[in-house]
Amino acid sequence: MYRYDEFDRAFVEARVAQFADQVRRRQAGELTEEEFKPLRLMNGVYLQLHAYMLRIAIPYGTLSSRQMRTLAHIARTYDRGYGHFTTRQNLQFNWPRLEDIPEVLKELASVEMHAIQTSGNCIRNVTADHFAGAAADEVADPRIYAEIVRQWSSLHPEFSFLPRKFKVAVTGAATDRAAIRTHDIGMEIRRGDDGGLGFRVFVGGGQGRTPMMAHEINPFVAERYLLAYLEAILRVYNRWGRRDNKYKARIKILVHERGIESFRTEVEEEFAALRDGALDLPADERERIAAYFVPPEFETLPVEAGRLSRAIAANREFGDWIERNMHPHRMPGYASVTISLKPVGGVPGDATAEQMEAVADIAERYAFSEIRVSHEQNLVLPHVRKNDLPEIYGRLQEAGLATGNVGLITDIIACPGLDYCALANARSIPIAQQLSERFADPARQREVGDLAIKISGCINACGHHHVGHIGILGVDRKGEEFYQITLGGSPAEDAAIGEIVGKGFSAGEVVDAVETIVDTYVALRQSPDESFLGAYRRVGEAPFKEALYGG
Amino acid sequence: MTMMGTDVLADGVVLWRRGGFVEDRWARIGDEDALPPEGAVIVTLARWQDLRRSDAPGAWEVGVALAAGDDVREIAADLPRLALITLDFPKFTDGRSYSAARLLRERYGFAGELRATGEVLLDQIPFMRRCGFDSFAISHEPTRRALADGRLTDVPIYLQPVSERGEVPVGTRPWLRHRA
Ligand code: SF4
Repeated sequence: MYRYDEFDRAFVEARVAQFADQVRRRQAGELTEEEFKPLRLMNGVYLQLHAYMLRIAIPYGTLSSRQMRTLAHIARTYDRGYGHFTTRQNLQFNWPRLEDIPEVLKELASVEMHAIQTSGNCIRNVTADHFAGAAADEVADPRIYAEIVRQWSSLHPEFSFLPRKFKVAVTGAATDRAAIRTHDIGMEIRRGDDGGLGFRVFVGGGQGRTPMMAHEINPFVAERYLLAYLEAILRVYNRWGRRDNKYKARIKILVHERGIESFRTEVEEEFAALRDGALDLPADERERIAAYFVPPEFETLPVEAGRLSRAIAANREFGDWIERNMHPHRMPGYASVTISLKPVGGVPGDATAEQMEAVADIAERYAFSEIRVSHEQNLVLPHVRKNDLPEIYGRLQEAGLATGNVGLITDIIACPGLDYCALANARSIPIAQQLSERFADPARQREVGDLAIKISGCINACGHHHVGHIGILGVDRKGEEFYQITLGGSPAEDAAIGEIVGKGFSAGEVVDAVETIVDTYVALRQSPDESFLGAYRRVGEAPFKEALYGG
Repeated sequence: MTMMGTDVLADGVVLWRRGGFVEDRWARIGDEDALPPEGAVIVTLARWQDLRRSDAPGAWEVGVALAAGDDVREIAADLPRLALITLDFPKFTDGRSYSAARLLRERYGFAGELRATGEVLLDQIPFMRRCGFDSFAISHEPTRRALADGRLTDVPIYLQPVSERGEVPVGTRPWLRHRA
C-alpha cells in the first residue's frame, strides 16, 4: 500500500491547515458562501438537504485495517455511527458539523487519508479495479498508475477550475472492472508491440443527463508518457470545454461537438510539445512507487483447498456465499472475497462503525490488513487463503455482513437520493430496500442469475442507472416521485447505455414493474445460462414493453 | 493601510505583487479611446492587432489584455514586443487563464509581466502564481485585507513540475517541487 513520505505528509498537513483557515474565514464572514463553496468542495465538503456531508477519498479504493478503524472512530465520534460507501470508491459521512471538519481531516491525516478533490470542478479521486494486484487476468497493477495520477492531479494549479468535474479510472486487465468507458478518461493497461507497458486511453465517457460511452483516443500511450498525455488532454479541455452551460461542460460534450478526430489532433499537438519534458515518468521512479504495491508474502499453497471444499459440502448457505462472493486469485490456494454491503432491506453501501471495525479485524487476521472498496458499493478482501474462508464467513455472519448476493438482483447500486441529496428528484434508498425485500428469497435470486439493478435519484446518475441491466431513474412529475426504467445498460467492456422502456412508474408501482421485467426475462430466456443482458440483446425491448404496458 | 498615498482597502482595484502592493503605472485604453502620445498602455487583442499592422512606430510600452476565451497562439509571435499581458478571470471559477498563463510562460517563453485581472481571490493566488502570474489586480476587499495582513495560505509542497521560478525539485519524484 502506498505509504506517505515526509513530503506527502507535509502536503496533507499544510492542506488541512489551509482548510481550517478557510472554515474560520467563512465563519467570520470574510468569505461568502459563494466564495467558500469551491474551496469546501475541493476538500470534499458538500451542503446537503439536512446537513454538511463530508466525502473522504479512498484512493483507488484501497484501505488498510488501521485506516478502516479510523473511519469507524470518525463515524462514531463525529457522525451518527455509520458511513456510506459510494460508487466512486469513496466514503461519505452525512452528518458532520462544519466546525468539526478540520478536526476530522486531522484524524484522517494521521492515517494518511484526506478529502482532497473528492468534489469540485477538478480531477477527482482516481478509481481502479477493486481486484487490483490479485486478479488472475491482470497485466499490471493499476494502483501504481492511479497513485501517480492522484499525485500529479492534487492541487494542480492549472486544472483546479475546470469547466466541470473530471473523473479518471484505470483498469489493469482487458476485463473492465473499473467501468473505464463511463469516465472522462479511462485507461486500460496493456503491453505494446515491444512488450513495454502502456495504456489504451479512452476519453469522453460519462453518465448524467447526456450519457455517452468514451471514445478510444489512443490505442497505446507508453507508460513514460502517462502524465504528459493526461496533461495534454486536460489542457485542451480546460481551454475549450464549454463554460456557458453546466450541463454541457463535461469533456464528453467537447469531444462530441468537435468530433473525436479533431479532438485527437489537438491533443496530439499539445502532447508533442509536452512529451520528453519534466512530466516524463522515469522507469526507476515508477519502480519506486510500484514497490509500495508489491504483493504480500504469499505462501506456496496447493491448488486444492480441502477445508474449503469440505465446508462447502457441509453447509449449503456457505456454499452459496462462496459461489457468489469468491473471486479467482492469481496465486494457488488464495482467493479474493467480496463482503456485500447489500443485506436484504438494508441501505446499499452503508456500514456501521462496528461493521467497519469487524472488517478491519478480519482483514488484519486473515487478509494482510488489506481492504478494498468496489464501485458496486461493496468491500473486498483481496488476498485470503481459501482454507480460511469458513472462519472468515463465520466472523462476517457475526457482524451481519455475510450476504451471499454478489452480482445478483439484490446487489443493488443506489445513490443517496432524496433522503440526503439536495439535488434529488426522488428517493433511491427505499426503492432499493423494497426491491431487495421483494427478491429476498435466495433460491429465487439464484434462479434469476446475474442481474444488476442501479438506481439514481436524479439525472446526475450517481447511481449509474444508465449502465444498469435494469436502470431506475427518479424523476419529478408534478411534485410527485416517479421512476423511469431503462433496460440493457452495461458498464463493462461490453459497455452500453440502457434504453428507456416506456412511461415511468410511481413509487408504489415501480417494484412491481421490475418484478414484471424479471419474470418476463426468466420466461423467455433460452436457458438459465442466457443472462438478462444476453436475452435483452437478443429479443429487444418488445416483450418487456408488452408485459409492462400491454398491447 | 496606505501605500504610496493609496488606500489599498478602499473601493477600486489595487495591484499586488509578491512583497506587497504596488502602484500601477499602466493605463488601460478602451477600444474607442484615443491612445496617449506615449507611456505604458494596455490594449485589447483586437486593438493590438490593428496597432501591429500600422507602420507608425509607437512611443508606447505595450501591454495586451486577453479575455479568458482568447487564444494565446494569436500573440505568440508578438511576445518580444510586449512588456505586459493581462489574463482575465471573469469569474474565479473560470480557469481558462491558468492554461493561457502556462502556455505563455512555458511554451512561448514570455518573460514580461503577467497580470491576473477580474475575480482574483485570495485562495486562487497560489495557483495563479504557480502558473506564471506575477502581478494581481485585486478588487475583492477581504482579499486585499488578507494580503495586507500577510495572510496568503499556500500548500508549499507541489506535485506538478511547472516553470514557476521560485520552485525547486525535491526528493526523488520527478514531479515533486517545493518553494525555494
Ligand atoms: S443521482 Fe442525483 S439524487 Fe442521486 S446522489 Fe447524485 S445528485 Fe443526488
